[in-house]
Amino acid sequence: MSSIPVKKDAGEIGKANKRKYILEKVSGRVFLFCALLSVVSLLLIIGFVFYKGSHPFIAEGYSFIDFLLGSDWVPSEDKFGILPMIVASIYATIGALIIGVPIGLFTAIFLAEIAPRSVAKIISPAVQLLAGIPSVLYGVFGLAIIVPFLQNNLGLIKGQSLIAVIIVLAIMMLPTVVTVAETAIRAVPKAYREGSLALGVSPIGTIFKVVVPAAKSGIMTAIVLGMGRAIGETMAVILVAGNSLVIPTSLTDSIRPLTTNIALEMGYAFGTHQEMLFATGIVLFSFILILNFVLARISSKGGN
Amino acid sequence: MRKLKDKILLGLLWFAAFLTVAVLVMIVGYIFYKGIGLISFDFIFGDYSPSGGGGILPMIVTTIYTIVISLLIATPIGILAAVYLQEYAKQGRLVNTIRFATESLTGIPSIIYGLFGAVFFVTTLKLGMSIIAASLTLTIIVLPVIIRTTEESLKTVPRTYREGSLALGTTKLQTLYKVILPSAMPGILSGLILSMGRIIGESAAIFLTAGTVAAMPASIFSSARTLTVHSFLVTQEAGDIELAAAVGVVLIVLILILNLTATFISKKLNKANY
Amino acid sequence: MRRKLKIGSLVLCLSMILAACGNDSAGDETEASGGNVHTLAISGSTSVGPLAEKLAEKYEGNNNTKIEINQIGSSAGITNAINGVSEIGMSSRELKDEEKESLQETVIAYDGIVVVTHPSNKVKNLTMDQVKDIFTGKITNWKDLGGDDLEIVVVSREDGSGSRDAFQEIVGYSSGELIKSAIVASGNGNIKTTVATNKHAVGFISFEYIDESVSPVNINGVEATAENVLSQKYVLSRPFLFVHVEDNLTNEGQKFIDYILSPEGQAIAAESGAIPVQ
Repeated sequence: MSSIPVKKDAGEIGKANKRKYILEKVSGRVFLFCALLSVVSLLLIIGFVFYKGSHPFIAEGYSFIDFLLGSDWVPSEDKFGILPMIVASIYATIGALIIGVPIGLFTAIFLAEIAPRSVAKIISPAVQLLAGIPSVLYGVFGLAIIVPFLQNNLGLIKGQSLIAVIIVLAIMMLPTVVTVAETAIRAVPKAYREGSLALGVSPIGTIFKVVVPAAKSGIMTAIVLGMGRAIGETMAVILVAGNSLVIPTSLTDSIRPLTTNIALEMGYAFGTHQEMLFATGIVLFSFILILNFVLARISSKGGN
Repeated sequence: MRKLKDKILLGLLWFAAFLTVAVLVMIVGYIFYKGIGLISFDFIFGDYSPSGGGGILPMIVTTIYTIVISLLIATPIGILAAVYLQEYAKQGRLVNTIRFATESLTGIPSIIYGLFGAVFFVTTLKLGMSIIAASLTLTIIVLPVIIRTTEESLKTVPRTYREGSLALGTTKLQTLYKVILPSAMPGILSGLILSMGRIIGESAAIFLTAGTVAAMPASIFSSARTLTVHSFLVTQEAGDIELAAAVGVVLIVLILILNLTATFISKKLNKANY
Repeated sequence: MRRKLKIGSLVLCLSMILAACGNDSAGDETEASGGNVHTLAISGSTSVGPLAEKLAEKYEGNNNTKIEINQIGSSAGITNAINGVSEIGMSSRELKDEEKESLQETVIAYDGIVVVTHPSNKVKNLTMDQVKDIFTGKITNWKDLGGDDLEIVVVSREDGSGSRDAFQEIVGYSSGELIKSAIVASGNGNIKTTVATNKHAVGFISFEYIDESVSPVNINGVEATAENVLSQKYVLSRPFLFVHVEDNLTNEGQKFIDYILSPEGQAIAAESGAIPVQ
């Protein structure tokens, strides 16, 4: 504010005010428009994927039930069944949760409650950093270390397998689970711990009986986010899954989850084949929407 | 008995933490161990050669293109959207809808973004497999990140700043860009830097929208491959783990620098503020 | 003072963005005005791809043409050529009749497909019937073929790959008959590394990709060599095609095709492991 306006014509001030007023109004609209763009994007994404993906069932007479429950996927022979991929996606995600969640959760508890401050101060940011590493690199590691290990040391006939996918996904979800769960545990009020300790409960008992239950909704969020990461991961999985079109019956079978089916074939698919890949996307999308819904329920409960 | 149980649990906690750190150190260590040998000036600044032995400059350039273009579009939109949500909107149905949309966008897996980009930007808008199609797809991917981080930092601007400024007779707009935005700047900047990390790490969506051409892009309408996609393809097609790891080293170092910068900026600017 | 700092940071940030923007468009202009660089879009087979890239690398050095090669599989390349997405499509299988109606084809080289196993595998010769039985899952153990007592792991290319189409057509089984548990690898290199690291595995790859990391198998006692392909003794062979729509081909595209068919181009083809046309 270097100069102060001394005297101005009333009309001029009025004009200036009007201009300001219009500017205010216009800018408000612009801001609203920008905010609405994310809604528009979401609608476009849902609209296009569902439009493309539902076309074969609406206009070309394919049965959606056969699509979901069919076990043969041979695009060149017009057979589109994605049951093997649905089962593969579910198995891989559950498997990754079984390994990744306990380890991630325990690590989070360790960092928040047990670790000396100086140690936690180094490890926590390091783990956060790992959440940002491109997932492809986890796949490279999986192909170079885990797959040969399974083949040579555990005697699997092929290392590209459900178990390889599970291990890679479990490792990938660790940073997410650890970071989110740690934040949740740290947010538990000190008074809880002090109260419990004062009642004579051991420190470990306090952690598991008081602190962890108090952080439950945050921990659930961590698990759901980790799950989302596992179910949606594509490129790292392609490298270690083997991409076989078989309904997995054991951990050693090679698999093709929903995501990899899309990425593998999208490059050259056209016509009905391409639309069926969008339909695969719809199924994947539905899984994620259900997850999001669960997450929303959890966080609204946590809020109360 | 209880003591024993406590001891076992404590042991498990230590073990889990050790395992996490060990696995993650192993991955980063392995990538560096395998890849560092290839890193040289020529590798980073040399042109790619299909007959082998070339550099990764085209992929670096492509990566930079995607970062610059998508942030150029997403930054203003994201910041203004956050401003609307925090400063202008009345709480209600509209805001809830926008929030829900933003959160849903965060949860969509990148392969779905890839599908959408392939049918919308590549085919419907006739951009073809190109850097611009990939960048527009990435714009939507990072938009929620920018909106959320900006909102968070707008929340931290004290009410008194706003009230003080408005009491001086400034308009809402003037208050916004002279007082509120500058105070929220550190948070916004670190949000942008995190978005860069997200763009660098993205693979599936770019794979389906930018294609895989391994050459210096002539323009943003060319098909090209980013560093991450390159790392994927040399692993998948050629099984060349060393090359993939070398690209991985470049990626990890980039992410590390970005994260440190973000931390540094928010610390530095916070100090300057208070 | 404080506020100045904040505004300063805002200005700095904006100018950074603007600078980035400025550089960007400047870059484009120089590219555009640096002579009439023609971009030749080629897409298709991952078998033809490496050869095409090497040819393009040499060709670009002497000509004002930028060649963009997308390796996405034969079927996709053919579709792109028909739709005009790419000027030239690359195919590693013969065109189907309906594709021939809209496309012109140029044979740029021939190629053999080689059945490969892990170097430790003792099986060095297979009959065509045995190959078929392996890939359709009738034979599942190497000991039935005179090898060690090891389960067979079949590695196939993806549906839509020219190599897979050509291989299946010559061997005589359909995509639906392929053993379900087969590992599906996209790209020759992917098959090669999968087979090279698994002593159970068998796959098929293009001549160009053969090296000591995998062990080639003779078919009906005939070794996979260029001479045997040309004399038609070795049956697992197919042409490498460049396909285009007559009206879409530019002068630059034609010149590149001419270059490939020239002695210099054919020498590069031979050097990279393909079989020259003459």
